[in-house]
Amino acid sequence: MQDFDFCRPASVAEVLTLLRDGVDSKLLAGGQSLLASMKLGLMAPARLIALDHIPALRNSCEDQGQLRLGAMLTHGELAASPALQAWVPGLAQMAGHIADAQVRAMGTVGGSLANADPAACWPAGVLALGATLITDRREIAADDFFTGLFGTALEPDELLCGIRLRRPRRMAYLKFEQPASRFALVGMAVVQFDDGVRVALTGTSQGAVRLPAFEQALAQRFDPAALQGLRVDENIMSDDLHAGADYRAHLAAVLARRVVQQALETSK
Amino acid sequence: MPRLALTINGQPQTLDAAANTLLLDLLRERLHLTGSHRGCDTAQCGACTVRLNGKAVKACNVLALQADGGAVQTVESLSPSTKAGKTWHPMQIAFSKHHGLQCGFCTPGMLMRACAMADEGVPAEDGAVRKALAGNLCRCTGYEGIVGAVCEGMRLMRGEVVEVADAGL
Repeated sequence: MQDFDFCRPASVAEVLTLLRDGVDSKLLAGGQSLLASMKLGLMAPARLIALDHIPALRNSCEDQGQLRLGAMLTHGELAASPALQAWVPGLAQMAGHIADAQVRAMGTVGGSLANADPAACWPAGVLALGATLITDRREIAADDFFTGLFGTALEPDELLCGIRLRRPRRMAYLKFEQPASRFALVGMAVVQFDDGVRVALTGTSQGAVRLPAFEQALAQRFDPAALQGLRVDENIMSDDLHAGADYRAHLAAVLARRVVQQALETSK
Repeated sequence: MPRLALTINGQPQTLDAAANTLLLDLLRERLHLTGSHRGCDTAQCGACTVRLNGKAVKACNVLALQADGGAVQTVESLSPSTKAGKTWHPMQIAFSKHHGLQCGFCTPGMLMRACAMADEGVPAEDGAVRKALAGNLCRCTGYEGIVGAVCEGMRLMRGEVVEVADAGL
């Protein structure tokens, strides 16, 4: 790994000052994806700005009738969080199945969302929940946040500080794992609110996307049978040595039916 | 060069290390604590697992600087050598009894993850142990012995059983 400068600011304001001083920098959250890509030479920033000494990024609280989670909370902490388990148990469960315990002890929700890996779980979860992503300067609806492969609406000098979640009636997430990395070959999140249903799919060539046809069918009747005959377009799916696009599209439709069943079985 | 202050196996240390030093390299190359193994170097196999502030992490995927100010425990901390000889940790005794290793390369990581699992309250049951141990791979595929060892090791650590017969140590 190429050498770099390292700094560890203590506040969001200091992070923003550093992001604007012209040095080629990357933000270091838990590092579980960033360090791997730096080891491969896919990234070689001149400086890392570590976010692990900023208390404001680790808060979780109820805010405007919604649950707010700090960006620097780890997958492991969120999986075990009584607040999240009470608010959206399906999302806590999703967090508890990311990678393995060692990676969950370092990797963070904010790092995963800002990285927007097309095989990651968090983007599908927050997209299906219609979450609000909170930055240092604005709030971004999940629908506007993901902009394609590893792409987000964040400006180069913008910091993701946390997310805010409405309380759904039901939420469940299921993935078909790539067995070595435990990333999702395909992952499907389904959320039922009092005023509608949202379905988000991970494992596409453009990252997490919503599936409007599935949402409409489930809004009529929240039951796996409502999805009978609905297909996922294989042209939107990733296609690589782990699985072809046609197989991924097939898995996605199967997972959609299963995740609805899971939502019905596990949620009140 | 950045300066680091961390506690390693109970000993406070101050070290200078380049920013791109991985925690694993700091342990192995600088401190000669070679019990933590570099297996895949991609955070998948878990042979490099150490505990950072109590949590099991993969030292090949953590910068030494991320551990700055923290406490690191490596496999060497389990059985310190003293003038009186070596004292084996209950988890090591259980691994010996259950033949929880074949070539032994994954064992340091297995032991450190298993000790963290004991503290996390993972039930000493086959299914729960396999799930919690998913980040540690054994290329000899000796999982039966490993899972049996971890179950008994956790019971020993929690005082649910007192001693292991025929550990052979």
